[in-house]
Amino acid sequence: MAAMEETKVGVDADAASRLVKELRDGFATGKTRSYQWRVSQLKSILKMAEDHEHDVVEALRSDLSKPELESCLYEVAMLKNSCSLAVKKLKQWMVPEKVKTSITTFPSSAEIVPEPLGVVLVISPWNYPFLLSLDPVIGAIAAGNAVVLKPSEVSPATSSLLAKLVGEYMDNSLIRVVEGGVAETTALLEQKWDKICYTGNGRVGRIVMAAAAKHLTPVLLELGGKSPVVVDSGINLQVATRRIIAGKWGCNNGQTCVAPDYILTTKDFAPKLVDALKHELEHFFGENPLDSKDLSRIVNSNHFARLTKLLDEDRVSGTIVHGGKSEKSTLKISPTILLDAPRDSLIMNEEIFGPLLPILTVEKVEDSFDIINSGTKPLAAYLFTSNKKLKEQFVMTVSAGGVVINDTVLHLSVAGLPFGGVQESGMGAYHGKFSFDAFSHKKAVLYRSFAGDAPVRYPPYTKGKLRLMKALIGGSILSAIFALFGLSKD
Amino acid sequence: MESVGDLERDLEGMREYYSQGKTKEASWRKSQLKGLLTLLKEKEEDIFKALKQDLGKHHVEAFRDEIGTLTKSLNNALGSLKEWMSGRKAILPKIAVLSTAEIVPEPLGLVLIFSSWNYPFGLSLEPLIGAIAAGNTVVLKLSELAPACASLLANTIPNFVDNKAVKVFQGGPTVAEQLLQQKWDKIFFTGSARTGRLVLSAAAKHLTPVTLELGGKCPAVVDSLSSSFDRKAAVKRIVVGKYGACAGQACIAIDYILAERKNISTLVEMMKVIIKEMFGGNPIESHSIARIINKQHFLRLKNLLEDPNVKASIVYGGSLDEDHLFIEPTILVDPPLEAAIMTEEIFGPLLPIISLEKIEDSIQFLNSRPKPLAIYCFTKNKSLERRMISETSSGGVVFNDAIIQYAADSLPFGGVGESGVGRYHGKFSFDTFSHEKAITRRSFLTDFWFRYPPWNAHKWQLLECAYNSDYLGLLLVILGLKKPRRGSYQPAYSH
Repeated sequence: MAAMEETKVGVDADAASRLVKELRDGFATGKTRSYQWRVSQLKSILKMAEDHEHDVVEALRSDLSKPELESCLYEVAMLKNSCSLAVKKLKQWMVPEKVKTSITTFPSSAEIVPEPLGVVLVISPWNYPFLLSLDPVIGAIAAGNAVVLKPSEVSPATSSLLAKLVGEYMDNSLIRVVEGGVAETTALLEQKWDKICYTGNGRVGRIVMAAAAKHLTPVLLELGGKSPVVVDSGINLQVATRRIIAGKWGCNNGQTCVAPDYILTTKDFAPKLVDALKHELEHFFGENPLDSKDLSRIVNSNHFARLTKLLDEDRVSGTIVHGGKSEKSTLKISPTILLDAPRDSLIMNEEIFGPLLPILTVEKVEDSFDIINSGTKPLAAYLFTSNKKLKEQFVMTVSAGGVVINDTVLHLSVAGLPFGGVQESGMGAYHGKFSFDAFSHKKAVLYRSFAGDAPVRYPPYTKGKLRLMKALIGGSILSAIFALFGLSKD
Repeated sequence: MESVGDLERDLEGMREYYSQGKTKEASWRKSQLKGLLTLLKEKEEDIFKALKQDLGKHHVEAFRDEIGTLTKSLNNALGSLKEWMSGRKAILPKIAVLSTAEIVPEPLGLVLIFSSWNYPFGLSLEPLIGAIAAGNTVVLKLSELAPACASLLANTIPNFVDNKAVKVFQGGPTVAEQLLQQKWDKIFFTGSARTGRLVLSAAAKHLTPVTLELGGKCPAVVDSLSSSFDRKAAVKRIVVGKYGACAGQACIAIDYILAERKNISTLVEMMKVIIKEMFGGNPIESHSIARIINKQHFLRLKNLLEDPNVKASIVYGGSLDEDHLFIEPTILVDPPLEAAIMTEEIFGPLLPIISLEKIEDSIQFLNSRPKPLAIYCFTKNKSLERRMISETSSGGVVFNDAIIQYAADSLPFGGVGESGVGRYHGKFSFDTFSHEKAITRRSFLTDFWFRYPPWNAHKWQLLECAYNSDYLGLLLVILGLKKPRRGSYQPAYSH
């Protein structure tokens, strides 16, 4: 108990500076470079997740009333998969990549060698506090870095659990957890890191990047946005509806960076879609969703107030076609659908991050592409259609971190795909090998021999050398030979 | 320079042009790259003249380092564009039947490139090639310190590329600041770390991704070489890697040398011989060494030699011609490590040699200093090679040569830590100006009913098997042959 209380003492600038120095010294010993160390740490994470799944479920229940299945599958299982993949592939990832060299550096051989950046800072959010804390840490460790993890104070039970578990299972000379809020984060951000990974919102993302700028620190920002779902007619409506519901309310009750934020569909199709949604929602969560145990609550009263305010706005409350119920004492809001809320209302301009789903109707489904592109680029964009041409048009014209056709959210579980945003939704990407790359410096190594020494390069500069160089750059062996013998045209 | 209002209107126009989709077409990109090739061919003489005027650069050096490498890069981009533009497939787990996943590159939109004065053509056009190949619209801000080159580029580029998509700005810090206040989809900056920080801070306001090509003190670690042939080749490469690279005013020029004490006098003697061979007895007359860009930098370099302990360490050269902004090739042995010449990036034709007891000490020496853009290591010792790679950190490492990595398209060119963020050259240029979009396509046909609430133990089991790619387990669960790991799941009840 005493140990846990100690970790809750705020970290100030001095303590942060000492912490970084300690980790730098640890990194300088070269310990993290070894494959053995990295694999042992990754395996510790696996063991930690396996041994303490129950504790994680309880912490998530305390922080978010997250349904047990969501906790086990979308946090613990996802993390274990990510970790197992890293353990399996690490050796391969660490191997330098040989690259071809051309006549301009002939004779030579070259390779790209991945190396750790050094000491990295991972700042994680409250909505998937277990997964989004440890997933980047996996990448950082796999790449051979020392890591400081700062979990969100808005999910305190998980933050506390992470501090305890990392303390018990991992090499504390190189991997540490710092708990706390704004003050602690600010103190950490003043230090010089070799990389900072931040998952959260754009406002804080800017603060992180500005702090990083002082030290020329590269950043990985996983932010958010309004991920739109375009729904065409002529689809398997039941399947589409289920997938939308699963992606919206089945994932932390809409509090997910890639949750479908709002829907775009034609005026004609909207009634059918609303009916299908109502029908399937009842199947999923029962007649009284506020009683369903399969829905997360809203994380805290701040966000609860924020969300209810979105609904209370003047011309918005009248557009609710389903749900709209909330219970302040339990911080629950039922799945709510709105139809054609005004384009300038808050709910249509801010990232909702909750169980409210506005539907915006358009004349033709293609009109929705322009609407999406007129806003900031989201983290994900979804399209439900059977029309091949529409699919291609969507992929080509809609810019987003990632695009999914005929489903939602599950692209996150594909380790072969980079997960990251663009413009307002973020910079950089991770998952799978992309995590390893995000926390590595890819060092270019060129091996030259003394043997091939072309006098062409050296002063004194002559016309002949220029001719030969031109021929070589042009890649023409024949011209090169001509030039060598002084037989060129110019 | 136009007013901020004019600038914003121009940029609005460029964004509008971009949204029309022209720059995304492969044919457009190719035509622009071809336009740049034509520019280089037709304006070659003018380019040589401008470089001579701004930097006193010899036209063969200009060809070798700027026009030649740009031509190579353009040909490479034209030949590889189709491949670069096509996406690549991502592997999905087997359970994802009737689904596909791929990664498709798309342009970022409107990008800003800051060029530098030392390779005013190379450092303008090399990033421009990447930005155009990736399908962006571009604003290119040239360095005012190389005015003849800036003027030439500003006047010629609009005649060879689509000037609705590519705009060129001249001017100094005020123009740069105005540009930085706008919102860009990417900023590419070549220059000093101090300005790099300012660029990154400005970019943070708009969450704009940035590539910073900075500098540092690039060391040449020179080991004992038993063969005299090797020694000669090494010294030639060192001499040209310092004095032949814009008189040392290059981010990847050799900044200083680390060598074992016992080898230094031989090294110095050989260097003197080679310097005379390459630049003659009176280097300023050879016109083969660039001059210092301006008075400010000249005085900065002069200052580096003012310290009496530094002056005393000069073993060759050291004469400065302020009227012609010329400094002759200079070698120093063991100036004090705390002197500015050993703590700041030199960026000039002064070459300190630092002596070590054993060559392996170079590793600790390098690790106690900021990470440079390149480490050069002249050695035939495989063990030192391996240690240099695994125990030091730098943008890149070159064995037995210097500068030449700039011409290698297959190697990423960029720094780490103080020497920069991000990389380019070859496909890396294309990538640095692209967003890699992840695309997943699913079919309606395969819908796993166990994805959806209400949850129960059975669904949980199935999902777990699916997550673990446990196909046999999946089958067993469906057949009712697999016992659940957990106790029964409690159905929903109210608190």
